[in-house]
Amino acid sequence: MRYSRLIFVLILLFAIAAGFFVYPKGVGNAVLPWKLGLDLIGGTHLVYEVDMAGVADEDRLSVLSGLRDVMERRVNIFGVSEPFVTTSSGKGSYRIIVELAGIQDVATAISQIGRTAFLEFREINLNLQEGDFISATSTHASGLTGKYLKRAQVLVDQTTSQPQIGIEFTSEGGKLFENITAKNIGRPLAIFLDGQVVSAPVVQDKIIGGKATISGRFSPDEARNLASLLNAGALPAPVQVISQQTVGASLGLDSLQKTLFAGLIGTLAVMLFMMLYYRGLGFFASVALLIYIVFNLTVFKLIGMTMTLSGIAGFILTIGMAVDANILIFERTKEEMKKGIARASALEEGFRRAWPSIRDSNIATIITALILYTFTSSFVKGFALALLIGVLVSMFSAITVTRTLLRVFTRKQ
Amino acid sequence: MFIIKYKWVFLIFSVIIIAASIVAVIIFGLNRGIDFVGGTLWQVKGLTRAEIASVIPEAVIIPESDGAFLVRSKEIAEAEHQQLVQIFNKISPLFEEQRFESIGPAIGKELEKKALTAFVLVILAISLYIAFAFRKVSRPVSSWKYGIITIVTLFHDAIIPAGMMAVLGYLLGVEIDINFIVAILVVMGFSVHDTIVVFDRIRENVRLSRDPSADFSGLVGRSISETVARSINTSLTLIIVLFALYFLGSATLSYFTLVVLVGTIIGAYSSICIASPLLVLWRGKGAR
Repeated sequence: MRYSRLIFVLILLFAIAAGFFVYPKGVGNAVLPWKLGLDLIGGTHLVYEVDMAGVADEDRLSVLSGLRDVMERRVNIFGVSEPFVTTSSGKGSYRIIVELAGIQDVATAISQIGRTAFLEFREINLNLQEGDFISATSTHASGLTGKYLKRAQVLVDQTTSQPQIGIEFTSEGGKLFENITAKNIGRPLAIFLDGQVVSAPVVQDKIIGGKATISGRFSPDEARNLASLLNAGALPAPVQVISQQTVGASLGLDSLQKTLFAGLIGTLAVMLFMMLYYRGLGFFASVALLIYIVFNLTVFKLIGMTMTLSGIAGFILTIGMAVDANILIFERTKEEMKKGIARASALEEGFRRAWPSIRDSNIATIITALILYTFTSSFVKGFALALLIGVLVSMFSAITVTRTLLRVFTRKQ
Repeated sequence: MFIIKYKWVFLIFSVIIIAASIVAVIIFGLNRGIDFVGGTLWQVKGLTRAEIASVIPEAVIIPESDGAFLVRSKEIAEAEHQQLVQIFNKISPLFEEQRFESIGPAIGKELEKKALTAFVLVILAISLYIAFAFRKVSRPVSSWKYGIITIVTLFHDAIIPAGMMAVLGYLLGVEIDINFIVAILVVMGFSVHDTIVVFDRIRENVRLSRDPSADFSGLVGRSISETVARSINTSLTLIIVLFALYFLGSATLSYFTLVVLVGTIIGAYSSICIASPLLVLWRGKGAR
């Protein structure tokens, strides 16, 4: 019993510290801010299917991971705070999942991320007549591609003040470029991007040092995007969006506020019910419920969970379940008291004897949460995780916290 | 205990509702949403129904709260999506895209498969767990029967909300999405809670009783009346929270919340009025 006081003080101190930690403003936010999912702050969840038709079977996984890296570099260009790019493969399908939270211009992001950005220098066929169009059929590969690119940057043409893209090849690429230019003096060399001719400057002399400029008719924005894309690298295989879930920032904020308000009212109503039905015991259960909420939020924050609408919904559901253990215990206590046992020992007995059914019933929810977590995709995973953590923390709060509170405060009676 | 006494009333009532739910699911079918069959779901604001219909004639347009519309159509690829956004922007400067979901049919099929797997696994795992938890109680009803009865009540609690969604789908065009499956699974987890509370008491009373076979239905009836308050209260706290979430929470969650709400109420009912009477009935087949 003496330890109960100590535990009580510890729980109280932890709860206060945790309260500051999880409060979305002030100290807690400075230490570790909340991570909000894209369904709350707006953003997009994209699933890309990779077209592996042109890739040998044994290379597919490495191509997939290469793709992931390139796409992640591209995502970083958009300044997303915590981009999430991951792969999944199985049964002949290869996918990249990209999550962009808090992004303003989703449309541009989608078009830029999925762009192949395949840069290629092509030599003009010898039979090409003056005035003929330069196209993929009237040219042939020179072997020099974006693979040999070291760096691309935006330059401004000194005379026309048009934006240009300056590229620098790797040493290997530089040598290739030197050979190609030497072979084509006086003839145009076509620069293709994603299969389209960007420009076809005439080679004046062989170029040593591995530097070149591409002058298409770029707007400054286009030039900047293109340079970033070239730096990020070309996609080693074409990709296609097969699933897109985009949420506007205003809808997300509205959902968040409404759901939090619903959670608040729900919590107050549960506390009111507990106090009306179980009187004094209900009061302690309500205090334990508040401590549960604070501790649970702390766990969410500490494990770095991204809060989504479904995650918050799962958490609010657990608020309704967290007092269940208390109800079982109090009902049991009432029964023991009917047998004529004193309140304090009836309570201890209530805690002890309600335990098997608390354990059994929570295990059922834990099983459900684990299966949901394993077998579903991102949004449902958040819900399942919230449910799982909620059940585990509630076992602690409803039993340990409530018991400590009751031991400390019913002793004197 | 009146629940045991009038067990046939409750059982017949449940059989009728379940039959009605199954008929509703068969006749109306479950309106599978884009999560499962692929397609596009678009929530837009600042346009009238006629304006949307003029641009996407084949779409199903459902009004949402505060002047927004939900637009459902076949899958719209990103390029087409951007063209449509430009057209809408031209029609109205107030146009706002609140949500855009486009899911390919391949992904939908996979999700459907995963959801079914999860569904079957939850039922199996919970039943096995119940059979395990009650392994020591083999007299007068063997422990696997507790497990089977739990499965029966789980189906009971899953089929009725499914029937409700079939009717809502028929009347209001409500679709079944992944959240519905999650809601049903959650309901199963909760429903088991209450069933366990009653079964746990039966288990305890069997242990305390010298001869549990003598008056098993009396023992079950006593167990129900001893636990009915807590069964109702544990469900009630969840129902309170769900009510708050349904009426005050985000509209995105409303059908999810509704299914959990209805399922929780039915789950509480089935734990008290269906599970234990079934236990008595099944045991009645053996030696009395």
